[in-house]
Formats: sequence, structure tokens, C-alpha cells
Amino acid sequence: MTHRGDRTLAAAGLARVEGEGGMYVRVSDGRVEQVRLDIYEPPRFFEAFLAGRSYTEPPDITARVCGICPVAYQTSACQAIEAACGIGIPGPLANLRRLLYCGEWMSSHALHIYMLHAPDFLGYPGAVEFAREHREIVERGLSLRRAACTLMEVIGGRSIHPVNVRVGGFFRAPRADELGRLAGQLRQALDLAVDTVRWVAGFDFPDFTSDHELLALQQPGSYPIERGTLVSSGGLAFPAAEFEQHVIEEQVPHSTALHARLADRERSYLTGPLARYTLNSRWLPAAAAAAAREAGLGPECRNPFQSIVVRAVEMVCAAEEALRLIDAYQEPDSSFVPAEPRAATGHGVSEAPRGVLYHRYELDAAGIVRTARIIPPTSQNQAAIQDDLRGFVQDRLSLDDERLTRECEQAIRNYDPCISCATHFLTLRVDRA
Amino acid sequence: MTGEAGHRAAHRVVVIGVGNEFRRDDGIGPEVLSRLREHLGAGPDAEAETVVQLVHSDGEPAGIVEAWTGASLAVVVDAVVADPPAPGRLHRLATGQGATGHGATGHGGPAGPREVSSHGLGLGEAIGLAEALGRMPDHLVIHAVEAADTGHGIGLTPAVSAAAGGLTAAVLRDVRAALGSGSVRSAP
Repeated sequence: MTHRGDRTLAAAGLARVEGEGGMYVRVSDGRVEQVRLDIYEPPRFFEAFLAGRSYTEPPDITARVCGICPVAYQTSACQAIEAACGIGIPGPLANLRRLLYCGEWMSSHALHIYMLHAPDFLGYPGAVEFAREHREIVERGLSLRRAACTLMEVIGGRSIHPVNVRVGGFFRAPRADELGRLAGQLRQALDLAVDTVRWVAGFDFPDFTSDHELLALQQPGSYPIERGTLVSSGGLAFPAAEFEQHVIEEQVPHSTALHARLADRERSYLTGPLARYTLNSRWLPAAAAAAAREAGLGPECRNPFQSIVVRAVEMVCAAEEALRLIDAYQEPDSSFVPAEPRAATGHGVSEAPRGVLYHRYELDAAGIVRTARIIPPTSQNQAAIQDDLRGFVQDRLSLDDERLTRECEQAIRNYDPCISCATHFLTLRVDRA
Repeated sequence: MTGEAGHRAAHRVVVIGVGNEFRRDDGIGPEVLSRLREHLGAGPDAEAETVVQLVHSDGEPAGIVEAWTGASLAVVVDAVVADPPAPGRLHRLATGQGATGHGATGHGGPAGPREVSSHGLGLGEAIGLAEALGRMPDHLVIHAVEAADTGHGIGLTPAVSAAAGGLTAAVLRDVRAALGSGSVRSAP
């Protein structure tokens, strides 16, 4: 038997701008001995780069960490620095921040669902092959992305690395008529997002349950996007300022990314759509809640393969929220709250499309960043992904190496790590004992 | 087969700079955009006969496809990783109307952009996606620069930096060849 006994699946990473990774699986005597997800992670570079810069710069600089979720980096950075400066932003500006973030959720989720994840379920090697046979479906994904990018361009100045975000708010607040013109396109996007939920809910999902402790933000009364306090399925509840007391990062030899775990816990934890949904589904707005019910989702979802359904529901939520915020929008008196620096440390969290994104900045009295800390969702999830893969592989050892590798890739894409952006990010080398 | 009627404009020219300025030589795309902005002058100009759209891309294929949909000419600037490398060496690949198949773009071949682009998923996927969706520009020109270093850090390496001027001139030649002698400005 070629796939019994000892074998090694080693998968080298493909160079990526957003992240680089690989996978290594060691099987001995028919048992999975080791599963490693190797990630080379950009935030460490940015942490060092931020030291010595002005407190006004992190929102712009950290937006370059990830081309897919710059608004998440800008938002967490702004909130951390605003906390250090001792300011808060008033409702209209907070709503504008949430509105911008809705655009990023829609754009990121549409890309992941239509370009990366759906082809896995439908038996296509990638988006191009899928598009050749299902042009109208891919066009629907592109329309969703277009609506999201237009929203980000109007508020952020542009959709890639928005330039209008600043500590305390925005350089310029959009006029009400500028936002009002987006409503038609967003209403159409809302319909397309509902169609997306119906479409992905019909996929076949492997029976798989992840039993990790789940960590997400919570804003009682609304689905968490741009802010909130942290809660876990294990009963934890703490503010951003206590993040590093509860989340411990440890160096592991095979990765430049630090592994995160919850303090006093033996096991890894999971952040991202499944955690957000399970801890907050009761606060989904009406259309998103109805779409979730129609898709057969209960109040919790712990099957990582169904994360594609949760992402689609979150697209509905984002489009619905965007329409509500645009409808209620009143131009603020000032586009920002002045932030005077002081010697202090500030913490910020927001829900990036992939999960909780934490920033911490230590400022001196002149507003120079002394130290910076960024804990992105992918590194928080790395240990949980490995744990899940171990069980996943153990149950599928009868598959040949090619099939097993393909299914592992799909399983990893469930978590939407930046490294999964490539449709073929794993190449296989097999060593047999 | 190229583009959709609803997207088509008479002479829409787009230059797409792919890359991340925080990844050393990967920043050549945005660098060329910045030089083009200086050369062309930005903003609406009553005298200008044609406005060139300058688009920064992180390499994400759907964004590239959206950017060049309906264009009569799309010029893409990207860094490539070559083996063996000759940092700063320029490559130019061009396709004509109706000649957007694998052979013409090379993305299905061993030396095509998919294989050598510094982005794991990018230009090759964008071309494949655009062909599948009927969203290729009439003419596509790809300028690829061999990179020395795409690790984290700012600033181009000397060899790639030295090539930036010639590359910008080459992009301008392509744009002017497509538009004739009229005044050209970049979009605001």
C-alpha cells in the first residue's frame, strides 16, 4: 500500500505578497505524528518599522500589511492610537468607520467565496476554470466586489490602501449625496449577497466539527465589525487593553509567525467567521438572519467547511448595514477629532474578515511610537488550523497523496488565511520510509 | 470577444502598476505610476485629448480584470522573479486584438507571467479570468522587470531603480503609440 505506514507530505510555500506558507504532514505507522502549517508573516517587519515613526503614521503604514484587508489594519491602528491619546470619536464618525469596514467585508468575502473557496466545492482546480463554465456566477461575485470597492473609494479615497483614514476620523467626510448615490448599487449587492447564501448553502459539506474555544468581538445589539469587547465561548470577557493578558504568543521553531493561545488554556482557539457567528448570530440584522435561517444555519456553526455559508451571510449583513448607515448618515460637523499625543499605551481591536486583529502602540510624550505590536487573525488561528488538520488527515489516510494534499488545501482555505490566496499554494513532495 | 459592449470606450487607456512598495523591488509598479503621474500631469485638462487612467494593484486578479475591462489599451507593469536572475532586465510582452490566447500572452507557457510574476496569484490568473469572462482589453502590453529582492523593506535595489526611468519611457511609448500625437493627461 503506497499510502499506509510511514509517509511525509511536505508542501513548499509559494511566494505571496500577503503571506507565505507551506504545510508538512508526517505519518508514522498509520498515525499522524505531526502537522505543521508554516507561515512567514509580514506584521513582524511592520512592528519594527513603526518604531520611531509619528503617531499619525500607523494607519497608513499598516494598511500595507495586507492588500485584502487594509481597512482592518487602519481601524485597529486608529483605535489603539486614539486610546493612547485619550480620545473617542463621536457617533457619526464611528458610523462612517463601520460603513467603510462593511465595504472591506463585502470585498474580501466576495473574493474568497467566488475566486478561492467555491471552486473547491464544485470540483474545479481554480477560479479561471470555474469562470469558463459558470461565467454568470463569477460575474455575480465581481459585481459584489465592484459595489464594495465603490463604497470604499467614496469613503476611503480608493479601495486599495484607502488614503482618507486618519487618527480621530477622516481627512474628509463624504457628502450625504455622495453616499446616497451608492444606495442603488448596494441594494443590488444585497440581493446578490442573498443569492450567494442560497447558492453556497447547496454545496456538500464534509461532516466535520471543530471544538476549539471561539474568540470574537461583541457589541451587544449589533453584529461586531469595527469595534467591541472580546468574548469567548469558554466564558472569557475582556477589553482590548487586556488582550495580551489573555492571549499568549509563543515562538515555534518552524514558523516566523508566533503561535497564539489563550492564557490558562491547554488548547488553541479559533477566531474568524465561525467564532463571530456563533457568539453573535442573535444580533444579525433582519435580512442576514433570514438568509442564515433559510440556509439551515442554527444559532451556532462549528463546521469549518460551512464557513463559506457564514461568510455569505456576513456579506448580506455588511450590505444591509451599509444601507442602514447610508440612510441614517448626517454629515459630521468635523471630519475628525483632534488627537494630541501623550506618553501612553493604547490598544485597538476590530474584526478583520479573517478574525480579530489586535494593535498596541506605546507612544512617548512627543507622539513617537516607541513599540508596536500587531497580532493578526491568521497567526492566532495557526495552531487551531493545525489541530483540525491533524484530525482531518487521520480520518483520510486511505486517500492517495495527491487527493489528500488537495483536500488539505481545501481544509486550510476554510479558514481563509492570507496564505490561501493562491489556488495552488501547496506543492507536494512525498518521502516514504 | 474582447470586452463587453457596455464597458467599451473609444480610447480608454489604463496603466496598471502591480506591486507593494514595502516589498523592495515589488514596488516598481507603483514607482512607475508615480513617475508617469509627473510626466503626464494629473487632473482634468480641457486641452488633453485623452486621459490615461493610472491604477495601482496589489496583484489581485479580479481587481486587474475590473481595471482593464473595456480598455482599448492596458499596460501592466510588474516585477518578476527570474532564475537565473538579471536584476533590472526588462521584458515586454504584447497581445493584439483577438490574439489573447495562451500562446499570445505566454501565460500558459513555461516563461509566461504566471510562472515568473512576483505575485503568487496575479497576472496569469487575471488574463485567464478575463478571457473566460470576455473582459480582455483590445491590446495588452506587459512590462516585467526582473527583481533582485522582494523581501520586506522599502526602496528599490540599485539595479531595479536604475531601470525605472527606461521602463517609464517604454510605457509612455506604448501609450503614445496607441493614442497618436495628441495631448495626454493622467486621470485625477
